Amino acid sequence: MITTQTAFRKALLDPAAPPPTGLNNPGGEQATKRFDVYRNNVAVSLTDALETAFPVVHKLVGDDFFRAMAGVYLRAHPPKSPLMMFYGDDMPDFLAGFAPAQSVPYLADVARLELAIRHSYHAADATPVAPDALGQLAPDSLPHVTFTFAPAVRLVTSQYPLHSIWAANTNGDTSSSEIAQTAQPALVTRPEFDPIVDPLTPAQSAVCTALCEGASLGEALRHGGAGFDIGPLLGILLGRHAIISLKT
Amino acid sequence: MFDATSPQLPHAPGVGYKAQHFNDIMADAGPVGWLEIHAENYMGMGGRPLAQLRHLSERFPFSVHGVGLSIGGEGPLDADHLARLKTLCDWLQPASFSEHLAWSSHDSAFLNDLLPLPYTAATVKRVADHIDQVQSTLGRQMLLENPSSYLAFAESDMSETDFLAEIVARTGCGLLLDVNNVFVSATNLGYSPQGYIDAYPLDHVGEIHLGGHDEDEDEHGAPLLIDSHGREVVDPVWALLDYTLAKSGPRPLLIEWDTDVPDWPVLAEETKRADAALAMVTA
Amino acid sequence: MSKTTTTLALAASVATAIAGLSTTAHAQANEKCFGVSLAGENDCAAGPGTTCAGTSTVDYQGNAWTLVPAGTCETTTITDAADGVERMGSLEELDRDIPA
Repeated sequence: MITTQTAFRKALLDPAAPPPTGLNNPGGEQATKRFDVYRNNVAVSLTDALETAFPVVHKLVGDDFFRAMAGVYLRAHPPKSPLMMFYGDDMPDFLAGFAPAQSVPYLADVARLELAIRHSYHAADATPVAPDALGQLAPDSLPHVTFTFAPAVRLVTSQYPLHSIWAANTNGDTSSSEIAQTAQPALVTRPEFDPIVDPLTPAQSAVCTALCEGASLGEALRHGGAGFDIGPLLGILLGRHAIISLKT
Repeated sequence: MFDATSPQLPHAPGVGYKAQHFNDIMADAGPVGWLEIHAENYMGMGGRPLAQLRHLSERFPFSVHGVGLSIGGEGPLDADHLARLKTLCDWLQPASFSEHLAWSSHDSAFLNDLLPLPYTAATVKRVADHIDQVQSTLGRQMLLENPSSYLAFAESDMSETDFLAEIVARTGCGLLLDVNNVFVSATNLGYSPQGYIDAYPLDHVGEIHLGGHDEDEDEHGAPLLIDSHGREVVDPVWALLDYTLAKSGPRPLLIEWDTDVPDWPVLAEETKRADAALAMVTA
Repeated sequence: MSKTTTTLALAASVATAIAGLSTTAHAQANEKCFGVSLAGENDCAAGPGTTCAGTSTVDYQGNAWTLVPAGTCETTTITDAADGVERMGSLEELDRDIPA
């Protein structure tokens, strides 16, 4: 009687399946509850990992819904890597297609932001440019400047007031949070060790996306529309140590 | 990194390091002479986790304890993961590297649990081959830890202690003896924990683990202990430690506490008790 | 905008951005190192016994799924500035304010 890891794995993730044969109680009869110890370890540890990884999604939908949803997710998307710090990469797409969660249409974007924060937390360290590095350049060369961003920078675009939703569920009382109904992408940076999330306007987000993709300041400005002032965005990027080199 | 005059962990208490204890440990570590980390939590590219290690490793020797390599897996070892382990060990230069006699990955899924193996000649060969690969890739000896068992394989035809002795003979690896796991497995499967220690190849032990377990029972009301690492080490496990140390002599002694992690003073009390157990055999 | 206007506007924006930056020295090392871990972690502990988490699932494609989101999405009220109607936990996707 050989108990293969294929059979073991299949029964682990399928609560309806009988325990694999060849696994015994000390008395010699087929193990049932003892096999459930392993089923439980897998389900609980992965559910806990998701709860830690997506605290705002958890708060938004409540504990019962989240843990039931995690039970569906972990069986459809078990980890592909042993690094639990990054478990849940498929969560945004999963939520977007998860019928019972459709009454909260911004949930997938919140999950994308929480993933971005985790990836930012573990990203490589980098030394930012001096705060006045841009000021040292001749005004004529400014439109041609391109930036290299720190590995910890993430931009999460959204059609929803993403930053406000996230912030209201991260910083204290949410009993009567009023959320402005405007699209509000979120910029994740890590000046030191703790990721910081700043709200961007859609125009700032479009310009920031262009800069991240390697556009020069002059080119990126065109994505901001008429009358766009890049000052506040540059202030955020420099203040949050998001830029690690300049090229003209 | 810590400049170890000897590549061994000291014969002193150590603790499983948790980020929330950073300030406490830097301020006053009590009898704690070394720290152990779970390798997988330090495989990011930077940020606070690695910065903490940088500071701590100037003051303490480290043990890197892998929990995700799946050494007992039927498939080949995950080469990417082995490479990450090498990167971490090359950077941190730990005094010890250890992993588990267990599997956790299969068919590209990582199941985040230490799953059990049958003790047969086929398993010996597979595990020994994987350990050879780990030791040659990392360029160092590794320690292999005995599991907590909840059930028995019908196909097993050798004891766990004979299995471990055979692995040591084939690979030259060392052993990490988890005394709580011995107590949990012996209770769950109905054998004598002292008898297990008597049969265990103690000469090859490079580290001892101690942790707390939960109590449950199976469908027949038989005791079923769960290796939860969420509370104090119980008295019978301390007694089994004394029994072991009397035969083995002093060894590096780790307190593991992974769930419901307490404030530092609670953990510090456990390390004092470990220190006292070591003192009894060091004199 | 002409090229000159762009350059001038940029120079002004850059000057404003830099002027607004804090010049506080950044604390290094030790004290910034403290903090709890942000993400799920690996460990070698077992879960709490044989609770039902491992042995029950709810099939959301069948009729068994009865749960509805019941957290702060119910009170994270989103007000629509245009019609003043409060929507509890749901929001039509916005198409406006997106630059072309």
